[in-house]
Amino acid sequence: MVEIRDLNFAYDKRPVLQGINMTFPKGKLIAIMGLSGCGKTTLLRHIGGALKPTSGHIKVDGQILHDLDQDGLYAMRRKMGMLFQFGALFTDMSVYDNVAFQMREHTDLPEELIHDLVMMKLNAVGLRGTHDLMPSELSGGMARRVALARTVALDPMLVMYDEPFAGLDPISLTVVGDLIRQLNDALGATSVIVTHDIQESLKIVDYVYFMANGVIEAEGTPDEIRASGKEFVHQFVHGEMDGPVPFHYPGGDYRQDLSLGN
Amino acid sequence: MPAVKSIRVIGHRAISAVWRIGMATRFFFLILLYSGNSFRRFHLTVKELFSTGVMSLLIIVVAGLFVGMVLGLQGYETLKRYGSEAALGSMVALSLVRELGPVLAALLFASRAGSAMTAEIGLMKATEQIAAMEMMAVNPVARIVAPRFWAGVISMPLLAALFSAIGVFGGYFVGVVQIGVDEGSFWSQMQSAVDFREDILNGVIKSFVFGMAVTVIALFEGYDAPPTAEGVSGATTRTVVESSLAILMLDFILTAMMFGGK
Repeated sequence: MVEIRDLNFAYDKRPVLQGINMTFPKGKLIAIMGLSGCGKTTLLRHIGGALKPTSGHIKVDGQILHDLDQDGLYAMRRKMGMLFQFGALFTDMSVYDNVAFQMREHTDLPEELIHDLVMMKLNAVGLRGTHDLMPSELSGGMARRVALARTVALDPMLVMYDEPFAGLDPISLTVVGDLIRQLNDALGATSVIVTHDIQESLKIVDYVYFMANGVIEAEGTPDEIRASGKEFVHQFVHGEMDGPVPFHYPGGDYRQDLSLGN
Repeated sequence: MPAVKSIRVIGHRAISAVWRIGMATRFFFLILLYSGNSFRRFHLTVKELFSTGVMSLLIIVVAGLFVGMVLGLQGYETLKRYGSEAALGSMVALSLVRELGPVLAALLFASRAGSAMTAEIGLMKATEQIAAMEMMAVNPVARIVAPRFWAGVISMPLLAALFSAIGVFGGYFVGVVQIGVDEGSFWSQMQSAVDFREDILNGVIKSFVFGMAVTVIALFEGYDAPPTAEGVSGATTRTVVESSLAILMLDFILTAMMFGGK
């Protein structure tokens, strides 16, 4: 479904992604993990066609994304869904209108049919009863679930999740995690989760890529990752304070900073 | 060298100002290019007409009334010295229709509706709603920017006309009802002095141009705002300052073209 080959990307000459190779087979749930700032969201933006690689390519459904013109890219995006970090619900529309948005924009379906589809999508995330609420009336977890319903409104073949677990309470976290797995299997879609929530992700995904400083440090199934002897993976999985990823941000001499040195 | 540094700062600011004017012009043409949606699905524009036009009614009506009353009072005081109180009606009407109506209504519109547009678009950007729309293969310029632009362009002349009309009644109230200027001469002088093409149409053209300037500035500032609280507040301030200056500058140019040297 998605094939990333020798992908390099740099912001003004500062390399962000270097030599990335990934394959997301159809029907699988893939996690891309790494520390904040390691380039995983940038990678997700590439897969969505929002950024063009400096070199290398990304193929989605057999088509190289950066070769597409705007119409071609929009046609491709109709087959994709993306859940943003905090849901990105349209705040001037009700929950119902948010979920109906893409159906109204991209299809000529009659309003009665749209109504039934919206109710089915909201029911799938357990929030049918919120259809006439505004996004400001929802809790963070509920907003994320509504956004999930909106993301899969047109049954996309590729669903991308940008930090879907950030800022959620433990119950909402499990609910959202299970929903991601269930929706992926029900739709027969391919899903990519960008996250640093290791425990929740390892429970639901099929394959994991670990990134650090713009390169893939490790990859494997959740069991392989848990058993990995690599220092970086071990530190990440067990949340250890010091290791290959240092606790301290590089700085000058501590004694100098405390005015003790000469 | 502080002098060199100052020159460099001034040069940098000048280049960035020219750059921004270029970007805003490009943005204006993009709006025109993607305006089809605003008319094919006119209900989108009508919704914005409500929030920009209808919601600005109160401030326009109240301000128009008071400006008209002040004009009546000041005009009477001045005209009385030359024994031409009867010309009060034409003075009030010409001042409002040619200048004060379009200019003051546009200034109020910039502070009431323009700032709201910038804040709304800026917050939509900061909360990733615009990015979400792009990922749903919906062009944000066509879907959210263009309807707001046309709503501003349509409502501005109507608001300016209303401002002038209410102002005339304000002048009538003070001049005729309170001070006792002859009612017949107030209206008949006004009728004979105000020319439809020369005065009213030129006023409408002015407010149409002001409407375009204010909405383009407001929408561009919102769309270009850095996605932070500070960025959005700065953009809102810039909208009010830039649109007010643009209105006054354009007013001079248009007045010179319409009435200058006759």
